[in-house]
Amino acid sequence: MQLRPIVTFTAQKLLRLGLLLLAVAIFTFVLLSLSPIDPVQAYIGADMMRISPEQQQLIAERWGLDQPMAVRFWDWLGQLLQGNWGTSMVFNQPVGEVIAKRFWVSVQMLAIAWLLSGVLGLGLGILSGALAGSWIDRVIRLYAYTLASSPTFWAALLLLIVFSVSLRVTPICCAAPPGVLAGDVTIWQHLHHLLLPAITLSIIGIANITLHTRQKLIDVLHSDYILFARAQGEPLWGLIRHHGFRNLILPALTLQFASLSELFGGSVLVEQVFAYPGLGEATVQAALRSDIPLLVGIVFFSALFVYTGNTIADLAYPIVDPRIRLGGSQS
Amino acid sequence: MLTISNLGIRFTQYDQGLHRKQLTVITDLDLTVQPGELVAVVGASGSGKSLLAHALLGILPENAQLSGTMAFQGEPLTQKRCEALRGKAIALIPQSVGYLDPLMTVGRQVQRVGQLNGLPSRAAKTLTARTFARYELPAHTPKRYPFQLSGGMARRVLVSTAVMTQAQLVIADEPTPGLHPDVVTETLNHLRELAQEGRGVILITHDIEAALQVADRVAVFYAGTTVEIANAQDFTTGNLRHPYTQALWRSLPQNDFVPVSGNQPSPDQLPVGCLYGDRCAWSTAECKQARPELRFVRQGWVRCIHAEG
Amino acid sequence: MTITVPFDPVSRSLRNNRRQQTLWGIALCTLFLLAVIFSTWVIGDGGLGPVLSQRNQPPSIAHPFGTDWLGRDMLSRSLHGMSLSLRIGLLAAGISALIGTGLGLAAGTLGGWVDAVITWIIDVFFSLPHLVLLILIAFAVGGGTRGVIIAVALTHWTSLARVIRAEVLQVNSADYVKISRRFGRLPLWIARHHMVPHIIPQLIVGLILLFPHAILHEAALSFIGIGLSPHIPAIGIILAESMRHLSTGYWWLGVMPGLLLLLSVKSFDWLGENMRALLDPKTSQG
Repeated sequence: MQLRPIVTFTAQKLLRLGLLLLAVAIFTFVLLSLSPIDPVQAYIGADMMRISPEQQQLIAERWGLDQPMAVRFWDWLGQLLQGNWGTSMVFNQPVGEVIAKRFWVSVQMLAIAWLLSGVLGLGLGILSGALAGSWIDRVIRLYAYTLASSPTFWAALLLLIVFSVSLRVTPICCAAPPGVLAGDVTIWQHLHHLLLPAITLSIIGIANITLHTRQKLIDVLHSDYILFARAQGEPLWGLIRHHGFRNLILPALTLQFASLSELFGGSVLVEQVFAYPGLGEATVQAALRSDIPLLVGIVFFSALFVYTGNTIADLAYPIVDPRIRLGGSQS
Repeated sequence: MLTISNLGIRFTQYDQGLHRKQLTVITDLDLTVQPGELVAVVGASGSGKSLLAHALLGILPENAQLSGTMAFQGEPLTQKRCEALRGKAIALIPQSVGYLDPLMTVGRQVQRVGQLNGLPSRAAKTLTARTFARYELPAHTPKRYPFQLSGGMARRVLVSTAVMTQAQLVIADEPTPGLHPDVVTETLNHLRELAQEGRGVILITHDIEAALQVADRVAVFYAGTTVEIANAQDFTTGNLRHPYTQALWRSLPQNDFVPVSGNQPSPDQLPVGCLYGDRCAWSTAECKQARPELRFVRQGWVRCIHAEG
Repeated sequence: MTITVPFDPVSRSLRNNRRQQTLWGIALCTLFLLAVIFSTWVIGDGGLGPVLSQRNQPPSIAHPFGTDWLGRDMLSRSLHGMSLSLRIGLLAAGISALIGTGLGLAAGTLGGWVDAVITWIIDVFFSLPHLVLLILIAFAVGGGTRGVIIAVALTHWTSLARVIRAEVLQVNSADYVKISRRFGRLPLWIARHHMVPHIIPQLIVGLILLFPHAILHEAALSFIGIGLSPHIPAIGIILAESMRHLSTGYWWLGVMPGLLLLLSVKSFDWLGENMRALLDPKTSQG
């Protein structure tokens, strides 16, 4: 394994990440500065009533609010880089802690949804693409088309109604039974509460991945090398196993990692419907209650999350495609 | 061994705005191939030659309609029979390395051919190595990917895919364009070898000189139909029957280098009469009324009412 | 020894069938959507008043969508809400489409650093989850209807811009355009005669397919509670309110309005796909 290309790759990726986060920082800062939100009020919150105008002025000075925007930006950025992300107004805890705790709760749901949507989406997509035109294909396509443009929160509502209210097989809300202390929640209770939100989130993801995989497989099946393989007597499932699958992996992986962004957004809605205390629900709380530090923190975190996903997808390319890995080496 | 009579292939296509049109790409194609014989199918680009190969293998697109008859070793070639025989009794040598899976080593792809012919993977691997050695490919070739092969190596790998089978009929689809003359000769010789092993070989090409180097008989294609089936020596002895063949021969640089004016008719607007009629010096009113039948003239076949015995 | 029956003649009805189907599809979708949008003026405010005597009734002939906890007809409420959501969505998506087309054209035609900057901005937009970006912008501009419209308008242009830019670049590098330039044709002439015919189909289809996204996101924002006030019953708000009554078993409060939302979004999707089939001959053969 050569070291130099890996080092170059990592350095490039980190640089791009840095630039990206800087861009996000500038964008967020400018946006919030121009907004009608009063930053002092936002950071102090409900205590505004108890503070005299002189004290407000002092606070504003301390925070440099009377300085020009550029100066304020660098101050703020400096604070961020030093790890001082502020305190969440809503949760009364450092933003970093809130995000970490909440993300830990969400990530289980996201991981299940991600894996399920990937595996089932790929499987259904291949089945649908290989048997294009048949009734199986039509059923799968009907399901996928309907769900792909379904409102996520409505699908969540439907599932909640069917499974929690009517059939009563899943709980109606939250991550744990109400009234039970955090330490006393058993793993079964935990999973029981996790089940429906995770499935809801995956159902929509499956639809998208199925449709895209199906189209990619159809494209692959129309390629020249498939034609030649058929001329060699390769049956349909042999074609898919030996040629289709391999040529499908790269687009599928790219899609899979790109779906992380959609999943994150979906989790905001799903957690709202199921009152599941994850990062998505925290985002909504932050926005509704003007908790700027927390909101900004979540924005950065989500950018990092999506970027990591995309970078992992990029790493897959040289591994799977020999043309990229071996580049210009000729016989 | 192979007999094709009156083969016709038609496509329906969707034009702009969901308009449908019909393309008649092959009409009244007749061809026979005997074991041990190399028949060249020669015609200009767009005359439908590759489609003949696809028809024999049963890999025509879905919107294609076939008519006429194809018989292989005495039995009719239905779609089902094509599927059973392809890769085993009938093999294709494709045009370029673009017909190989770009993400798979060539060794594994050629080995796969062996496995499709019933060999266990070990035996297939050995046979691959032996076949590559027969064509003097370097030892590291099986581990190479298609994009890493040079033109000559690629050609030999493609021939290997056919040789791995015990196919009695080998179809080589345009094996020579863009290759160095030495590689062209080498490729043609490989095909000749296959014929001498007792297999029947169809060489599809637009390069008539290449064809004449190794062919026993030449079928001349024009606008999707066979206009003449001649023996290879008819070309040099001047024993050509169809006006198109004669014009084709004359147009070669080493001959008169005289082109023929006009173009092939478009597949969606074929004329009622002889397809060569509007460019032919011998054309008469009778020619425009109906398509001529294939006639046996001077030890060869020709589709022209004016060709003399 | 014939393999197949000789060619069957192409029947005229079959040939026209597909085209007719597509046109019917387009007409149907457009009619449905227009009906929903204009329903508010047709049915009036009649069904919106509370009628306490008929509270919480499940769907029936009289009330196809049932009634809510104040006795209000859910069908009227849903139609009003959907119409509002559609209008807001269309407005926001329209603005977004303008931005996307403008930036896409600029990036493709002007090239150089303009292209680099625009592409980079698009990448930054794609680096955040869409909903998070929407929440951020809606929050920053102060929420409310205005916040939602601005947020949706400012975030949905990226895909369209990419598509238009790619199309322009493709046309620009085509031989016939280069030859046109050599012949001394002015850039404006080239834009009008070469680019516009290529871009218009993509633009129309892209625009139509933009709407469902915009509408869904507007509904999502309303559902969360960011944006439209609860007094203006957009479809997202109706669905959010229905959550409070779920455990009591009044399922129609959430299912029916959502169904209307789904149908509206699907209509746009179907409309867009049919337009694409009509304008782009490459999508199917045989």
